[in-house]
Amino acid sequence: MTHDLTRWSAARMADALARREISAVELTQAHLDRIAAVDGAVHSYLHVDGEGALAQAQAVDDARGRDEDLHVMAGVPIAVKDVIATSGLPTTCGSRILAGWVPPYDATLVTKLKAAGMPILGKTNMDEFAMGSSTEHSAYGPSRNPWDLERIPGGSGGGSSSVLASFQAPLAIGTDTGGSIRQPAAVTGTVGTKPTYGGVSRYGLVALASSLDQAGPCARTVLDTALLHAVIGGYDPRDSTSIHAPVPEVVRAAQRADVTGMRIGVVKQLTGEGYQPGVQARFEESVQLLVDAGASVVEVDCPNFRFALAAYYLILPSEASSNLARFDAMRYGLRVLPDGVEDPSAEQVMAATREVGFGAEVKRRIILGTYALSSGYYDAYYGQAQKVRRLIADDFSRAFEVADVLVSPTAPTTAFKIGEKLDDPLAMYLNDVATIPANLAGIPGMSLPSGVADEDGLPTGFQILAPATQDQRLYAVGSALERELASRWGGHLLDRVPELATTGAEVTK
Amino acid sequence: MSEQTTDAAGSDEILGTDGVQGAVQVQAGGPDAVLTWDETVAAYDPVLGLEVHVELGTATKMFCGCPTEFGAEPNSQVCPVCLGLPGSLPVVNEKGVESAIRIGLALNCTIAPWCRFARKNYFYPDMPKNFQTSQYDEPIAFNGWLDVELEDGFVYRVEIERAHMEEDTGKSLHVGGATGRIHGADYSLVDYNRAGIPLIEIVTKPMTGLGERAPEVAKAYVATLRDLLRALGVSDVKMEQGSLRCDANVSLRPRKKKAEKQSEVPFGTRTETKNVNSLRSVERAVRYEMTRHAAVLAGAGSILQETRHWHEDTGVTTSGREKSDAEDYRYFPEPDLVPIAPTPETVEALRATLPEPPVQRRRRLQGEWGFSDLEMRDVVNAGAVEIIEATVAAGATPAGARKWWSGEIARRANLEGRELSDMGITPRAVAELDGLVQGGRLNDSMARQVLDGVLAGEGNPGAVADARGLALVSDERALGAAVDAVITANPDLVEKIEAGKVQAAGALIGQVMKAMAGQADAARVRELIMERVGG
Repeated sequence: MTHDLTRWSAARMADALARREISAVELTQAHLDRIAAVDGAVHSYLHVDGEGALAQAQAVDDARGRDEDLHVMAGVPIAVKDVIATSGLPTTCGSRILAGWVPPYDATLVTKLKAAGMPILGKTNMDEFAMGSSTEHSAYGPSRNPWDLERIPGGSGGGSSSVLASFQAPLAIGTDTGGSIRQPAAVTGTVGTKPTYGGVSRYGLVALASSLDQAGPCARTVLDTALLHAVIGGYDPRDSTSIHAPVPEVVRAAQRADVTGMRIGVVKQLTGEGYQPGVQARFEESVQLLVDAGASVVEVDCPNFRFALAAYYLILPSEASSNLARFDAMRYGLRVLPDGVEDPSAEQVMAATREVGFGAEVKRRIILGTYALSSGYYDAYYGQAQKVRRLIADDFSRAFEVADVLVSPTAPTTAFKIGEKLDDPLAMYLNDVATIPANLAGIPGMSLPSGVADEDGLPTGFQILAPATQDQRLYAVGSALERELASRWGGHLLDRVPELATTGAEVTK
Repeated sequence: MSEQTTDAAGSDEILGTDGVQGAVQVQAGGPDAVLTWDETVAAYDPVLGLEVHVELGTATKMFCGCPTEFGAEPNSQVCPVCLGLPGSLPVVNEKGVESAIRIGLALNCTIAPWCRFARKNYFYPDMPKNFQTSQYDEPIAFNGWLDVELEDGFVYRVEIERAHMEEDTGKSLHVGGATGRIHGADYSLVDYNRAGIPLIEIVTKPMTGLGERAPEVAKAYVATLRDLLRALGVSDVKMEQGSLRCDANVSLRPRKKKAEKQSEVPFGTRTETKNVNSLRSVERAVRYEMTRHAAVLAGAGSILQETRHWHEDTGVTTSGREKSDAEDYRYFPEPDLVPIAPTPETVEALRATLPEPPVQRRRRLQGEWGFSDLEMRDVVNAGAVEIIEATVAAGATPAGARKWWSGEIARRANLEGRELSDMGITPRAVAELDGLVQGGRLNDSMARQVLDGVLAGEGNPGAVADARGLALVSDERALGAAVDAVITANPDLVEKIEAGKVQAAGALIGQVMKAMAGQADAARVRELIMERVGG
């Protein structure tokens, strides 16, 4: 019976906890057992904190025993992407350069998770410093897709998507700079939201590209995603870019799941050519289901989206080159002394450490960004990219005049095989073509499962985009579509995920 | 073991491309050649540019809530933000922005209706993020001026290019090695208490037409700016503690016979002299660099564009590092901070808080106090304007306040190397002392004894005078008796006075004072003697 708990939705777990049908310790232990059983194969976690999670769970159970007022999510365990600072827990960002670093402080969103009484099971794997679409750029080896262990679980948040699809956690925190929440959700049959820029505090999120980064909720259902969104969202005085407004009513929108009269805009530039037939087919079916549910459809034109990828790959590396400068071996993390140098200078130690500590993709982007910001090139590269960014925001503004939400396939393809695109960075970058515009414009986006592609039986993702601060629309549309699809499928998509071989640990339970 | 600190903060100090060794270097080959001052100013025309960094006196740092107190235990005033820990984010200190706007307004600058911070990227161990959060092409204040008055009353208008906000860096301490500098040090320690302290950098436009007065103008500018910032209450402006730091850019160009042709001559190559930590050093460093440049140029050499380090003890500059074009800070707008957009109402409200400009204020006070130009200059040089103002406000006569503060107390402060405000006597106490003199209770020598007592912590002037039994004899009968006795005892002196040698009265006065054990008003004694003898 313990084993089954891990298959529940977070909402059901919260409900059962509140009714005292299960205890938080029991629930947390079930997940720890599941982790012990399957994570050897999936490799979602970089660090598991059984002791800390159980202590938090026990505290919740004790509080409930004293009839204290508890948060609705108290006792529901969660996994946190390793790019988020957690006091007392290692935070490596998937990089060797931060091996062994234990932050002395909690990210604001972690503080909120703890305040809600949610046990943190551990830290999830990711592409190094969130640079990648597959987790193959993790210094600690790739995570695997529970649908097919030979395939990627998406990236950079492939740890947070695969924990959900392998039932090692009901909820996870992701971060999305160009699609790192949505694309992993798409290829694993899970749900993820990139909130409006500033909707969730970035304090404690180790920055990749400050103007694009946004932390957000990941889950297996739209309602669960909304429940987590409500926990972590809101204004934070420690993040001057955070929005000074209440969290949008995401939970209510997910519960109502009403699309009556909504105008759904299909983005011309984000469908059709270049999209895998099975992905395109599931997308079109989903749009039809929304129409059946009472929405109307319009096609919208966003001509400047064709420049999005180019602008993104100037802005991101530029900001990253500066953000990652602090990893210099002087204060924390890895320190490597150069070979054959007696009495090395500080600069030589910095250089040797960065040479060994950073992987190839990180170095590639630091070099790109350093170049793009150089005197004499700034206007042509960074300056120009910022102008494109403005044009893309303008495209969105026009589109949202005729549509309440915009939709597209989340990623052009289903999960590719590990190693398939490792030597072709451009092919890897193209995976984010549909997700990047939202980051450039700062608007919210969600991916949820639309089915599996006929040609490979792998999950496909459906992306919803809404105007800034209108995150609740994602949940209204997503929840309605999820309901229509579930009724078609007669259950949840993840019911079809193959059973993973388990190791001995589970048997002992 | 020897130790030395170097500052990267606001002073562009970075590692050379060949490693730490490049950061600070003593030039080999002995001192540089210099021309005499007269030769220098006869042949060359100086162009000056001054960059002043001011540490704001805000209670907390520019981007976090850490305290800014000077001299705390190393690394005791730090947090994830000012240590630049992964994931931390800055938040702008509103008080710092207000101070920046007030400084801009006091310097007659335009205040930007919208501006941003920018990242200045370079690697240095005392810079936690390896970029400095600063301002680049969007400073908060620009295009201003400050009038500077020289000792002879000549007023020079210094044009201000910009004033911008930035954060300070940590401090490196290099321990061990033969030189105590980075090169050869056994190890280095970094104190991040200073990292993130708000700085305002004030940059002048090139100052021309100064000729031989360039060093004097440089000093007067920094002094005037210091007084202005102190009056604004935005900084404690202590050069010796580094809360006000000056970098002096100097270049020379050949002097034209016809002054009106001088502006057609292009500027020469400049050097930037750092580590100039007192007003006197500003003047000396500019003077030294001018004579050094002149010697190089006169020898048909060319000036290397570089940073120079001023050495207070030896009075020379030495080569720092070359400032080549290869240095590229890769500035870009700071994405972690939202733009600063003060409303016109905010700016006007801050303008209303500005104090009177120092030069105007001095003129007004001089008029109110009735001081001569010379007296006022002494007061200004003693740094006593504010304290005299407070003393007068506490009831002292202006002349009395000036006499004490720029006289006896200033003398003692100089001897002890202390500030007037640190002498242990308040304006109120000096006003009380002055009142005792003016009211006829004390004479000058008694008042000095009372001052001794006050400085020794014996209490207020009145209490000290009581405790030490100091008071002029006001009993006319006793005084008259003493005068009579002395007159009777000195018929020869009386004769001299009666013969018209009035100065002989001095000896009689001295005897009366002695008889009264000093506790008589000498002026009154003279009156009594002259009543009896001179009539």
